[in-house]
Amino acid sequence: MPETALRDSQNSDASDVAGYRVPYRVFTDPEYYRREQENIFQGATWSFVALEAEVPEPGDFKSTFVGETPVIVTRASDGKVHAVVNRCAHRGALVCREVRGNRPNLECVYHQWAYDLEGNLIGVPFRRGLKGQGGMPGDFDMKQHGLKKLRAESIGGLVFASFSETVEPLRDFLGPIVIEHIERIMCKPIKVLGDQRQHVHGNWKLYAENTRDPYHASLLHLFHNTFGLYRSTQTGKSVMDANKRHSLLYSIAASNDDAADKQAYGDSRTFDTEFKLQDMSLLKGRQEFDDGITLVILAVFPNLVLQQIQNTLAVRQTVTRGTDGFELVWTHFGYADDDAEMQAIRQKQTNLIGPAGLVSMEDGEAVEIVQRAIIGETEAESYIAMGGGRAEDADHLVTEGSIVGFWENYEKLVGYGTTS
Amino acid sequence: MDLAIFERLRLQHLATELNAIHAEWIDDDRLEEWPELFTDDCIYKVIARENHERNLSLSAIFCDSKGMLVDRIISLRKANIFPVHSYRHILGPTRVVSEHELKITTQTNYTVFMTRADGRTEIYNSGKYIDEIDCSGERPLFTSKVAVFDTNVIDTMMVRPI
Repeated sequence: MPETALRDSQNSDASDVAGYRVPYRVFTDPEYYRREQENIFQGATWSFVALEAEVPEPGDFKSTFVGETPVIVTRASDGKVHAVVNRCAHRGALVCREVRGNRPNLECVYHQWAYDLEGNLIGVPFRRGLKGQGGMPGDFDMKQHGLKKLRAESIGGLVFASFSETVEPLRDFLGPIVIEHIERIMCKPIKVLGDQRQHVHGNWKLYAENTRDPYHASLLHLFHNTFGLYRSTQTGKSVMDANKRHSLLYSIAASNDDAADKQAYGDSRTFDTEFKLQDMSLLKGRQEFDDGITLVILAVFPNLVLQQIQNTLAVRQTVTRGTDGFELVWTHFGYADDDAEMQAIRQKQTNLIGPAGLVSMEDGEAVEIVQRAIIGETEAESYIAMGGGRAEDADHLVTEGSIVGFWENYEKLVGYGTTS
Repeated sequence: MDLAIFERLRLQHLATELNAIHAEWIDDDRLEEWPELFTDDCIYKVIARENHERNLSLSAIFCDSKGMLVDRIISLRKANIFPVHSYRHILGPTRVVSEHELKITTQTNYTVFMTRADGRTEIYNSGKYIDEIDCSGERPLFTSKVAVFDTNVIDTMMVRPI
């Protein structure tokens, strides 16, 4: 089938066909899901797997996923963080069955094959047989039967892993804008506050779009708009790395002008001056960053969002669960030197984010109502044109340019054709 | 009957009934009345067992005043967008863990079934309540209600109280 999905104004003079279009089948067809696992998650990309603060000591491990593939992140005795596939080299059992913990080595319960924390095979029971009987073949080489290793690198305490031997170094993959904003938030030692997990019944790419979309944020989320946490009228930017894989969206709440903003939003459902809180302590925060930025959504291709909303700091990791589901793992953190007041502010403001978040809960529903509406569609396409419909940076927040950037990368890696 | 045992049964009954009303008002969508079961300076917390057992503070919902409970409900009614659904709580027996001057600590297992608009009912959240109840007043009130949930992966979202 010809690749007809991509059309933009460069190919046409008619203004009503400007914009970018994505065939809905990429959200529902298992063929695309298979290619995504191979070309994106197992391909030449870096996926977020952990915060270094989750595995601070030698022997600490965390079970997680790259795409749908189970992986273990460890800190070995050399102090370095490693990532291996959580699958025994013998007959494929999960080696690590707990979410997290500390162990001197990794041992499969099935036949007690043991691996060191870097994934090297160090023990095989009855390797030389018993009483001269059985045992592994004489040429059995332990070195060739370790756990499958991923490359692991970290920046600012964020650990990324890759299956690719040829992928560019992590710093080059992320690019200077992403690194700058990782280092802005990860500016000093952090303290993990806990995890939240939610299963969303929709395709993971709908969430990739959602987190690159400054257009929806004040129109879907009343809390953002009414209380001025985020408005498209704010001073802010939507920018990408040179390859347009990643998206940085930030805004400055101090730029709110309630009267002018009210006029801009007219009778929008989400700008409701009648909506009041009995306990305003929820929104009492503290300025933490000199740049005045109060909202950062840093969407890092393919599976991470690093966020600051007011005083909430968190990473959100996407774990794919087939074409029509994904798990979102939120790991919230503060700084190790937070005083008691700051800890209380963060605890209270976590009401804003996560699966029960007064701001963020709506994103789950936004994803699901798309997934339910596109069922069975093989040819129909979405239409992405706000801000011009091209993968371009904007020094305003009325754009969908970063979404187009995501899709241009997707097209390169996976393609829109129905046969590979 | 031994007076101490009688008093203990009375407190257990008060706690059981308070939890039953709590469940009933949520399930029957009487959410505007729900905060009336709490004291003004109450704690209401819904926290994953994963975090609770690591002594980590992160909660799905954390309120430290009755006003915040009211705000949650107003937000649900007016601000939040979520799938149409209802809850059905099934409660286990309430056990009085400790008592001091008519202020009691209790534990109650719970399961919340969710029914969505398509008519399917699924187990949404199961866990235990750890409650502190003040029985010294005209009617018993929660001074603290902590729902520690086992169902670590929340299905889409959580908008109603547990």
